[in-house]
Amino acid sequence: MKNTKVIELEEVAIRFSGDSGDGMQLTGTLFSDTSALLGNDISTFPDYPSEIRAPQGTVGGVSGFQVQFGGKKITTPGDLAHVLVAMNPAALKANATFMNPGGTIIFDADSFSEKNLEKAQFKTNDPFTELKLNDFSLIPVPITSLTKESLKDLELDNKSVLRCKNMFALGLICWMFDRPLDYIEKFIQSKFGKKSPVIAKANLLVLHSGYNYGMNLQHMTPQYIVHPAPIEKGTYRNINGNNATAWGFLAAAEKSGLPLFIGSYPITPATDILQALAERKDLGVKSFQAEDEIAGICTTIGAAFAGHLAVTSTSGPGLALKSEALGLSVMAELPIVVVNVQRGGPSTGLPTKTEQSDLLQTLYGRNGESPVVVLAASTPSDCFYYAFLAAKIALERMVPVVLLTDGFLGNGSEPWRVPTMSELPAITPRKAKNPETFLPYNRDPETLARDWAIPGMEGFEHRIGGLEKNNAGGVNQDPDNHQRNSEIRAAKVEKVVDMIPELEVAGEPEGDLLVIGWGGTYGHMISSVRAMQDAGKKVSLAHFNYIKPLPKNTADVFSKFKKIVVCELNMGQFASYLRDKLPEFQYYQVNKMKGLPFSVNELVENFDKLLEA
Amino acid sequence: MTKFNYTAKDFKSAAEVRWCPGCGDYAIMNAVQKTMADMDIAHKDFAVISGIGCSSRFPYYMSTYGFHTIHGRAAAIASGVKSANPDLTVWVMTGDGDSLAIGGNHFIHLVRRNINVNLVLFNNKIYGLTKGQYSPTSDRGKITKTSPFGTIEDSFVPGQLVLGSRGTFFARAVDNNIKHTQEVLAEAAQHQGTSVVEVLQNCVIFNDGIHDHISDPKFRAERQIFLKKGQPMIFGEQEDKGLILENGRLKVAKIGENGITLEDILVHEPAEDNLGLQVALINMSLPEFPVAMGVIRSIEALVYDQEMKKQIEAVQQKRRITCVDELLQSGNTWTVDGENCDEPVKFFDNKCFG
Repeated sequence: MKNTKVIELEEVAIRFSGDSGDGMQLTGTLFSDTSALLGNDISTFPDYPSEIRAPQGTVGGVSGFQVQFGGKKITTPGDLAHVLVAMNPAALKANATFMNPGGTIIFDADSFSEKNLEKAQFKTNDPFTELKLNDFSLIPVPITSLTKESLKDLELDNKSVLRCKNMFALGLICWMFDRPLDYIEKFIQSKFGKKSPVIAKANLLVLHSGYNYGMNLQHMTPQYIVHPAPIEKGTYRNINGNNATAWGFLAAAEKSGLPLFIGSYPITPATDILQALAERKDLGVKSFQAEDEIAGICTTIGAAFAGHLAVTSTSGPGLALKSEALGLSVMAELPIVVVNVQRGGPSTGLPTKTEQSDLLQTLYGRNGESPVVVLAASTPSDCFYYAFLAAKIALERMVPVVLLTDGFLGNGSEPWRVPTMSELPAITPRKAKNPETFLPYNRDPETLARDWAIPGMEGFEHRIGGLEKNNAGGVNQDPDNHQRNSEIRAAKVEKVVDMIPELEVAGEPEGDLLVIGWGGTYGHMISSVRAMQDAGKKVSLAHFNYIKPLPKNTADVFSKFKKIVVCELNMGQFASYLRDKLPEFQYYQVNKMKGLPFSVNELVENFDKLLEA
Repeated sequence: MTKFNYTAKDFKSAAEVRWCPGCGDYAIMNAVQKTMADMDIAHKDFAVISGIGCSSRFPYYMSTYGFHTIHGRAAAIASGVKSANPDLTVWVMTGDGDSLAIGGNHFIHLVRRNINVNLVLFNNKIYGLTKGQYSPTSDRGKITKTSPFGTIEDSFVPGQLVLGSRGTFFARAVDNNIKHTQEVLAEAAQHQGTSVVEVLQNCVIFNDGIHDHISDPKFRAERQIFLKKGQPMIFGEQEDKGLILENGRLKVAKIGENGITLEDILVHEPAEDNLGLQVALINMSLPEFPVAMGVIRSIEALVYDQEMKKQIEAVQQKRRITCVDELLQSGNTWTVDGENCDEPVKFFDNKCFG
């Protein structure tokens, strides 16, 4: 081993990249899981095109998966990758700008043919010079031919052989980072073992070939050591934001003692939530794949009327379609939760890319004065807690709640210390108790929440609807009544402030610059603010999970800083909301509309500029 | 012996009914309330769901659980109610605009899924609440405020839409024939699956008399044919006319003429899955044919809400995960218990929840 170059690192980001049919998402996921099992903290970022199979070899068809793992707390998948695995020239081209200077590029030398270079629209036969990558460690590996060679005795058709290429890359990377193969082997066996033993065998063979290739050629490939992270004790699992959201609802259903209903329509990138819950018939979930987005929320409203914990999942365009029905749940005061896994817009926009541009739609995108509670999750795993909390607020305050996540959180994953149900607070639905005094819109004087009586409860029969109403649910269009009810619906949402924690500040409670973020940008925000703090700057972070209502102490927190900057993946929606709510402060903005997360570097640069100005 | 001894009155709410005097909706409401009383199901288990339109005010006039929702969405909301709680008896009150225009998609999918709700489609061939625009059931050429020179589109035939959506139950009645409407509603209530009852309803203000040529009691026997299960399809004052099949098409024949006897007359079998004949019956129109009334189709099929329940029960019988704690611990998990590891901070402690 003495010839081997061994590099010890705190954290490493690897990007797997190839055609959308090359199996890069699976390769990345398996590597991430393996690293998490070894005790590294990880953060992942799948980045794939919206076409299922874009033309092979083109830049538009490149699918990538980035994972950062390390021996300390990892909060982002990394701005720039230390190691890139490029299965073809298009993958190289698409990812060149996301590379750490001097990083390592492992590429399938077989695929760098004239034809493929042309498909990726390289002008010369030297893509590395063309992309100015000559300072990088370039490791050409004939992945395709070595894969073929490994499988020559198996009599597989060419297509099946080529499908194993990703395992070669995975095996090689596992050697480089000293990862054992047993988890991946188990996965391959359980996925293909029964159905197709020969495919299982092929994948295993190629995986080992890749691993052995690294070992045999150790003079040229560096090997890295990344120690396990010192994290909290407990049982861990890897989880992505969409699964965490789905499971948060399951936990809320169990806590509240109500059955869970999801009425939903498939839409990228939210579909996984519906799928994850459809899988949980064992826990009694009623999942209803509706005929459209409108029916998704309408069946949900129907199920809430019938006494279920009822949720619907969607993404931006779907929320637009749901807006009228969301207004009905505001008027009828039924407890539903809508999850919006935001994506790039407007219109169909960038379905597979992340953005935070539905904030104003969520807050204001309905007819009439139509206030709802708005929460935003900030990491893949905390989607679990915010989904739970969204359900708790809806059920205890009889109010619709919109939970904002985004494509980055929904698809991204991280290790998560799983809680026990006993760690979660109780949920007490406002079931009506006394039929003698019951009226559907009698309210708790403190919270203004109404009582909930559901069909089947004797003596509580009543009518509700979308028309302005009196306390009995009957139609009432009296001017004073409408004024009063409008104020009550607004106040009811504001009173939810009692259920939410105060705004926390990461860093000193006062200083030169307060950085504000909300939702899914948390990882990048905290990393950039820590980098500033490490450099001795008086910068702190206030990251919002509670958008409406805002935490009680918001103005107090803001008042302790000389400058405030609001960073978001839109053109300034939260900033304009804050200007409306707290006009006494001046807000600087950092905005990005590229369908990508922030990078820590760009945030730091922006903060530095603000401090200098 | 009935359990509850309800009368129609037990289903009336205290709210003042605000349909126009003479509106066909009054008669339909009386028929529905009588039908509900006769169903002998606990009052607390009824839920009446509506969309928007004159007919959709219906829930406010009922003393049951009721939900007046938004335009076109009653079918979707009722689908949620019934799927969530199949023990409820769910009625959808809707009109031709509500269910066949803005809510067309929900209507056909409700019918396709065969969710066990009773849908009453008030068909007055006009938009009444918005004061007189043509609807998807208005006839070609109809002059209204939005079609001052006559419509240039053909109308839906609701029954065709139901059968085209694989509907398992379709019936037709006329508002001014309360007794018959009640009989039909009673059968709809019995049916397992989505039952659609089209009621030809008169709008006294914006489309007065639109169904008169069919519904006028003076000509009822000649212009309507009341289909009854297992009975020959006969009509007429003298009950001397009937339907026969000739060259694959329906035809009106007179019994006793051209050698036609009662035996030659078609027998109505709504429980048979005979789409062709049932659509032909739905399509019959004046003056060539009488208009078909009664239960035209009522077949057995799997019911969505019951299947949903059964599927959950079947999965739960073999389940390995019985609660969320087990789910959280399932699959790929690992334990962190190193010396330099901290005790976990619980989320709801960490975030200083009050």
